[in-house]
Amino acid sequence: MRIRCPYCGERSNDEFTVLGDADALMARPSGDDAAAFYDYAYLRTNPAGQHRELWYHSAGCRRWLVVTRDTRTHIIADVALASTRGDGEAA
Amino acid sequence: MKYSIFAVLREGLRGGKGWTPAWREPEPKAHYDAVIVGGGGHGLATAYYLAKEHGLTNVAVVEKGYIGSGNVGRNTTIIRSNYLLPDNTHFYEWSMKLWEGLEQDFNYNAMVSQRGVLNLYHSDAQRDAYVRRGNAMRLAGVDAELLDADGVRSMAPFLDFNNARFPIQGGLLQRRGGTVRHDAVAWGFARGADSRGVDILQNTEVTGIRVETGRAVGVETTRGFIRAGKIGLACAGNSSRVAAMAGLRLPIESHVLQAFVSEGIKPAIDQVITFGAGHFYISQSDKGGLVYGGDIDGYNSYAQRGNLYIIEDVHEAGMALWPAIGRLRMLRHWGGVMDMSMDGSPIIDKTPIDGLYLNCGWCYGGFKATPASGWCFAHTIARDAPHELNAGFRLDRFASGRLIDEKGAGAQPNLH
Repeated sequence: MRIRCPYCGERSNDEFTVLGDADALMARPSGDDAAAFYDYAYLRTNPAGQHRELWYHSAGCRRWLVVTRDTRTHIIADVALASTRGDGEAA
Repeated sequence: MKYSIFAVLREGLRGGKGWTPAWREPEPKAHYDAVIVGGGGHGLATAYYLAKEHGLTNVAVVEKGYIGSGNVGRNTTIIRSNYLLPDNTHFYEWSMKLWEGLEQDFNYNAMVSQRGVLNLYHSDAQRDAYVRRGNAMRLAGVDAELLDADGVRSMAPFLDFNNARFPIQGGLLQRRGGTVRHDAVAWGFARGADSRGVDILQNTEVTGIRVETGRAVGVETTRGFIRAGKIGLACAGNSSRVAAMAGLRLPIESHVLQAFVSEGIKPAIDQVITFGAGHFYISQSDKGGLVYGGDIDGYNSYAQRGNLYIIEDVHEAGMALWPAIGRLRMLRHWGGVMDMSMDGSPIIDKTPIDGLYLNCGWCYGGFKATPASGWCFAHTIARDAPHELNAGFRLDRFASGRLIDEKGAGAQPNLH
């Protein structure tokens, strides 16, 4: 599996560290709502199909990426930086 | 028919004409007292113990493919009960005791081989951790022996004892651990369940779970609706997808684990040996192939195949442990889909939906648990309450903080 990093180009996936479900992990609840935090920390949709997930290019540019990947085939549909400035440039 | 030496002799003289199929291929009935979704090791064991221990024989096992086509036929066949935390120690020890009597119990040769499981240590700190684990095991009545380097050398002189980075200082040995012929476990449980009246419905995929006023009442399948008094889910890597049919979201991610077999060689390694400085475990099958594996790939996957960097990683660990295997060729390798839970421990529990029970989260340790998992899940379904052996494997432990984190790795499935 190779990931096309927006900065570094197409690189082998062993340069990256994977964290998991981007939509779940990027929606960190604020405050002390225990139920919402349980949801955030532990529950996952775990789909068979398209999955948006956080990958960190630890042996490259050290940017967090959102990779859209099919969990049935490992085919990557899209790679984007996890955070961008208002003008669309990487923050 | 009962299998025995007399049956073998009789059928040998009759040209094998008297052998009958090990299980029936029945048509689905409209109603069962219990339906188990998933015809893998755990599902079949559950049906077997429902019939044998609880007298529940109007039971169906619904399997989308053929039985044993999932992880029970895709693992490295290791059994052991060398756990530290009490919930795990007692549960896996019960599993070991069931393994020890299993072949007589279900009248099937599963080739249970208690050849010993040896975990190597490579540093003083790791020795201390193994001493602690060995003591915890012995306090729970499990066998454990601490070996020094000479003790290991007498068992496995071919290992790289003087490895520059990871010299072998000794190991923690569980002599009762070993290997089991994995397919035969599925077949033995299937035959034992079938002979007690359980219907095994192969090539029958569950497409929906019908819930009426908070109670699960049946499953939609590719062969029609089946009404059920109780429904047990034992779907391993597909647990999230099946539970979603009932509106449940689980603390589970599905990951791919790869395993490997080398070309066949003469008997070389008697035990199961695990490397302590990386993730690597190896044994030898009766056909002569070395059977080994390591870490999961680390990303969500339903593909039943993995990527090359893990193949490299596993073989590097293998070479660090036993350099001679570099002369062998890898014959085949495969991947299985693992239901990785958030604390690395399983779930055997009721769900918030009445009549719906859940058995999942086996990470990549499900094979050794097969008999106890089925035994405890059958108890949970039949009595509508967990047995004390699986009382800790609760679905709500993630909300209540009663995690069972054997390795202390935290809520990160790809670290377990």
